[in-house]
Amino acid sequence: MAGIIHSFSVLMDNISSKSSAKKLVYAGAVFFLVAFILLPPILGISFKFNLVSDVLNNGELMARAEGAIFWSFAVALTIALFDLVAGLPMAWFIARSSSNWVSVIDALVDIPFVIPTVALGFSTLLFWTGSNSPIVFLGIRVAPGLALILLLHFAFSFPVIVRVMVGELLSYKGVYETAAKTLGARAFTVARTVTLPILRPALIAAFLLAFARSLSETGATIIVAGAFENGPVFIKNAKDAGLEGPMVLVSFTLILASIAVFALIRVLGTRLKIPVRSAYPRQEGALSSRRSVRLRDATTMVIFLLFVLIPSVFITFPAIEAATDGTLGRALSGVGIWSNYWQAMGLSYLIGVIATLINIAAGLPVAILIARRRLGKTLTTLLEAAVNVPIVVPSVALGVSLSFFWRSFSFLPEFWVLIFAHTTITYTYFVQAMAASLEGIPTEMEETARTLGSKPLNVFRRIIVPLTKYSIFSGAILTFTRSVDETGATTAVADQLKTAPVLLVSWVKHTVPATTSDIALGISFLVLTSFASLLVLRLLVYRRR
Amino acid sequence: MRLAKRFGRTRALEDVTFEVKDGEYLCVLGSTGSGKTTLLRLIAGIIKPDEGEIFMDDERVNEVPAEERNAVYVPQTYALFPHMTVLENVMFGPMARQTPAKEASEAAMRVLKLVRLDHRADAFPNELSGGMQQRVALARGLAPGFKLLLLDEPLGALDARLRLELRGELRRLAKESGLTVIHVTHDQEEAMTVADRILVLRMGRVQQHGTPFHVYNRPENIFVANFVGRTNFLEGIIEARNREKSTVNLRGNLSVNVADTSHEDEEDVIVAVREENTLLTSDDPGEGRNVLDGEVTQIYFLGAYIRLEVKLRNGDVVSSLMPTDILLGKFRVSDRVWVSFYPGSALVYDYPTLGLRHELEAY
Repeated sequence: MAGIIHSFSVLMDNISSKSSAKKLVYAGAVFFLVAFILLPPILGISFKFNLVSDVLNNGELMARAEGAIFWSFAVALTIALFDLVAGLPMAWFIARSSSNWVSVIDALVDIPFVIPTVALGFSTLLFWTGSNSPIVFLGIRVAPGLALILLLHFAFSFPVIVRVMVGELLSYKGVYETAAKTLGARAFTVARTVTLPILRPALIAAFLLAFARSLSETGATIIVAGAFENGPVFIKNAKDAGLEGPMVLVSFTLILASIAVFALIRVLGTRLKIPVRSAYPRQEGALSSRRSVRLRDATTMVIFLLFVLIPSVFITFPAIEAATDGTLGRALSGVGIWSNYWQAMGLSYLIGVIATLINIAAGLPVAILIARRRLGKTLTTLLEAAVNVPIVVPSVALGVSLSFFWRSFSFLPEFWVLIFAHTTITYTYFVQAMAASLEGIPTEMEETARTLGSKPLNVFRRIIVPLTKYSIFSGAILTFTRSVDETGATTAVADQLKTAPVLLVSWVKHTVPATTSDIALGISFLVLTSFASLLVLRLLVYRRR
Repeated sequence: MRLAKRFGRTRALEDVTFEVKDGEYLCVLGSTGSGKTTLLRLIAGIIKPDEGEIFMDDERVNEVPAEERNAVYVPQTYALFPHMTVLENVMFGPMARQTPAKEASEAAMRVLKLVRLDHRADAFPNELSGGMQQRVALARGLAPGFKLLLLDEPLGALDARLRLELRGELRRLAKESGLTVIHVTHDQEEAMTVADRILVLRMGRVQQHGTPFHVYNRPENIFVANFVGRTNFLEGIIEARNREKSTVNLRGNLSVNVADTSHEDEEDVIVAVREENTLLTSDDPGEGRNVLDGEVTQIYFLGAYIRLEVKLRNGDVVSSLMPTDILLGKFRVSDRVWVSFYPGSALVYDYPTLGLRHELEAY
């Protein structure tokens, strides 16, 4: 057996040395990108574009659609701005503070990022409106609507800003700051005139990611929206009401407008100038004082705890209650609504696994093409832009378009429509994670290995895979969890089949009779199984190490 | 032969032709951006030429992939695989060629002994010093038994002392193993020390190809004369010539005789004199030498030698390198001195189209 495997691997190695074999692999991956990731969202919406005229003639629907689109962008821009202002001091604290609490804070910041958004939505709803909430007890109650959407989006976009900026601050060369300090500049002046201008690309990237996350979010937004409508909520409501025309119009506008806004911010962002020529020694000296820094850190922590952390984990309390009030027993025995729940959970995981495997196979060659600039500068930029389309476009709008596209193939079972939709939505995460990791491996390693007589596939197996295996696992984990948690696009695509997050949204919206304990426990299972699967994968990785 | 490579609008190599004999140690010498690394990567098969052909043992290898060329490329960063031990790194080449693990391990240990690193076989690359990493990279290159080794600035990442030590070691290993080596460097002293022959590259074109002695003493153009060693350049016009010598008029009514008679009367030329071929005295030395008087402007103590810069009467600046024991304490800044040299030690070049400064600066 070992001999057969060895001969097979030698044969594959030899085939990989042929230029036609390499071209075939790369061409196949690019074909997949175009045919399965790029074209379905574009073509899907165009299939039903004639329905738009129904809305254009209906003044009331038109006004609702326009309002929803406006509020989607208004909320996303506001949130990205607020998160940048609040997240930057937190990133600074994590990257630069010598406090013993840094690692704890660092871990806590990620919580809104790793728990499913549907859980975050329900937790936020309970914290700001629930009768058992301490904040409501103090007389502050934020009713479902625009204000609650802003609070929710602030919480789940916050880690994006912090994570990006912490990474940049840690990899940023301290030599510039040292040079500026030895020239007599105070810490605040150094940050304003040296550090932030150098990190401007990262600031723009962080802003865009927070903007995209807010614009795209659907599941949690539906939970806290009440009667308020932004783009994704409008699409969901239109779908429930069977109004395809409004769905097409809003989805199409969101897709076009989000791509345009992204391009605009990218272009304008490069022209953004942070003033560096003037210095205010007295004022900035005061802002650099130990007292000012403590005040800044304390304010940052209060904002984080009150608006991000506590609302995100508040669901823990009703979940604990569910363990004692008999809900847990009903859930485990699978009676009533729980029977559908476990089926939905199984479906979520199955889709997650298949979508992840497809993305690994189809995404790796594209990641190599991007990281190694194999197609030249212009084509690589185009390829990168194509890869990013699924995360730039709001997921529910993407889902609407994908649904129209894949359902036009009537022979395709709904299960596979869901698989293709999840593959599209999660594709970017794996490719970008792998491309970034591959860029970190000097090309000389591959070149030297080849001049030592190693065939391309052998180089991939013995050099690239061992050096990037943690990134492959991380990319796979990211893709898998993103798929399992996905709500927006799945809501648009699903008809008969329901994944766990979609089912939980229907529980929260009371289209299915479920108690608060049921919802809290259902969400907790989703969170716990997500964490458990992450833990198992992580253990596997560490054991191999 | 006639190799050319372009990256977009940049011409990295243009019309490069040369030959390396079996067992020869060739140094490709050039400044940053001269195309040295591109040339090495073309030979290794990592990139393909836009024009021209590469032959190995009389066989055209343009289409042969890197893994089948039997030419090991050792980059400046060494590219040691960080997830493999020293032994595994060195075994990589033989294993890639389907050598059984036991034989590969024995071959790896043999070359590790050769570079005196067999006792660190189980270490990982990040546990080794720069010099050790360099030796592992070399051992890894030797292990597959290929006969052509391509070294890209192999000593560039090491400190000055270690560089000096390892130069000799590199040559010894190459010669003991019967290897053909193409070694890329920007350090002319390193090239002179290790090479059998030197190929000088400038802006992607071959400037000269010959033994270190030949390249140093008979540089074929101003660039080589300036890049290899330190040379004084004086602008002038051929005033008269006979069978033995030419007389060159310099600026400010100065004139010198040179043994070169290949240039026509009235032709603009550059006279080049190595700084070590000049003599500095406090009065006219006579003896048939060219004599130019001037004033000492700078004195540099270099240990065994002293370099003095002298501003000539016509404003040109020349430098002179002389042993410390002869010169120590003899001159001070502002002293009036005589700089002299024999006509036979001066080389004469055509005046460059774009001027001398451009020729000296155009790296």
